[in-house]
Amino acid sequence: MASKTGEDMVIDAKKLCLTFDANDGPVHALKDVDLGIEKGDFVSFIGPSGCGKTTLLRVIADLEHPTLGSITVNGMTPEQARLERAYGYVFQAPALLAWRTIERNVGLPLEIMGLSAVEKAERVARTLDLVGLDGFGRKFPWQLSGGMQQRASIARALAFDADLLLMDEPFGALDEIVRDHLNEQLLELWRKTGKTICFVTHSIPEAVYLSNKIVVMSPRPGRVTDIIESDLPTDRPLDIRESKKFLDIAQRVRNGLRDGHSYE
Amino acid sequence: MTGALSRVFPIATVVAAIMVVWYGFTVYLNSPWQIEQYEKAGIEWQMGDLVRDTMAHDRPILPAPHQIVTEIWKTTVEKKITSKRSLIFHGGVTLSSTLLGFAMGTILGIGLAVSIVENRAMDKSLMPWIITSQTIPILAIAPMIIVVLNAVGLSGLLPKAMISTYLSFFPVVVGMVKGLRSPDLMLMDLMHTYKASRWQVLWKLRLPASVPFLFASMKVAIAISLVGAIVGELPTGAVAGLGARLLAGSYYGQTIQIWSALISAACMAAILVAIVGVVSHFTLKRMGLRA
Repeated sequence: MASKTGEDMVIDAKKLCLTFDANDGPVHALKDVDLGIEKGDFVSFIGPSGCGKTTLLRVIADLEHPTLGSITVNGMTPEQARLERAYGYVFQAPALLAWRTIERNVGLPLEIMGLSAVEKAERVARTLDLVGLDGFGRKFPWQLSGGMQQRASIARALAFDADLLLMDEPFGALDEIVRDHLNEQLLELWRKTGKTICFVTHSIPEAVYLSNKIVVMSPRPGRVTDIIESDLPTDRPLDIRESKKFLDIAQRVRNGLRDGHSYE
Repeated sequence: MTGALSRVFPIATVVAAIMVVWYGFTVYLNSPWQIEQYEKAGIEWQMGDLVRDTMAHDRPILPAPHQIVTEIWKTTVEKKITSKRSLIFHGGVTLSSTLLGFAMGTILGIGLAVSIVENRAMDKSLMPWIITSQTIPILAIAPMIIVVLNAVGLSGLLPKAMISTYLSFFPVVVGMVKGLRSPDLMLMDLMHTYKASRWQVLWKLRLPASVPFLFASMKVAIAISLVGAIVGELPTGAVAGLGARLLAGSYYGQTIQIWSALISAACMAAILVAIVGVVSHFTLKRMGLRA
């Protein structure tokens, strides 16, 4: 992979460290993380709990601040990127406002940005259609299933057309069938829009299936053990998960996790 | 048992039980005086006579329920509303003070809660004083408030309403502070990623999230506002209102009058709380919160 200059990278982290001061000593959530993500990449972060993958995502989103090292998002500091609304964030839970309809939930960032009613309506309709929720705009969150609520959350993250999508284990609380379906839809979305996606997961098949780059992390201290470039074709049916190439990559991921003492 | 019946039947059963016990106590508590009357007049008496006569005293120790109902009927339906003896007139006076005090208390409570949540200095300095204010017995403070406000030129409805305000703002503040702080961290992070201003977070996230808490507090606030209104009527020499009726009754030994005012106040409180409950139900339903 030819190395590029910092400005071309969507995310460029160098020797990133984050240490929390807890009562019983410092917690090294991230140690010496070097990472480069290019435009249009679908990057998965995989590791056991406590390996720092959510923390890393939150640093990119300016929800946490690193103690050492540097990180740029779109060539700016994470704070500047946040103020420019450069990314959409999807949490582990749908995080929808219970008193708003799905339409008004998806339109929340647009309201805060101060867009006109016409533009809001158009964008909301477009993104709901994109995630397959057209017709559900007038419903309240409690009337939707978990999978549909999570799709609404993704629609909200897409509503203001940010080029970067940060997703923190969005399908973690869903059952496998819904998960497969949503994985397919997410891949389709990525192909259609060409966005850069950072996806945190603790499922190896999901990481290998969705991404073209897999960052394997391990805990204590949180660090990157391996970065795997996946050369699976962009057009992937679910069956590809039984192919030899897929299983080889999954094995590499598993080895990376074992090397990082994740299984101990 | 179907819907409406299943709601009414348990309450009706409890009310019936209370009635039985009440009548029992009426006979029991009024009989010493009645037996004395019999002995003075030298009349032979039976249990049946005793039961009948104890329920017909002019100034019983404990009036029978039907005596109270008759008295309420006499002073509401059979009197002109403008008459100074009409229970509706007095109820209206108390109600106006209650509602005004409740409205002011709710607005004050919401305002204080917002400033406590948004401003750290207010949070640290106000909360202790708010709690302290409620530890002073209202019966001690009420006359002071009335006298002070009369001296400044405010008399009539406003001082009484201010006592109601004083009592009712507290549950609203406590409930709203909890409600405004109720959205979980994930939602706060979400607003942070949208670069939402403090005002936007307050208006779009905190205030809507606090509505269920507000209604719960308002139920307490309106009941206690009524108590404040009645207490406020006592120091002014008992001119008008249910509290005044209570006081006048106790001055002249008219126990039936006291009890009729008491029952009316209790019914008024129950109706007011029920109204808040109905408003709460429909509002929360419209807001999509399953309540």
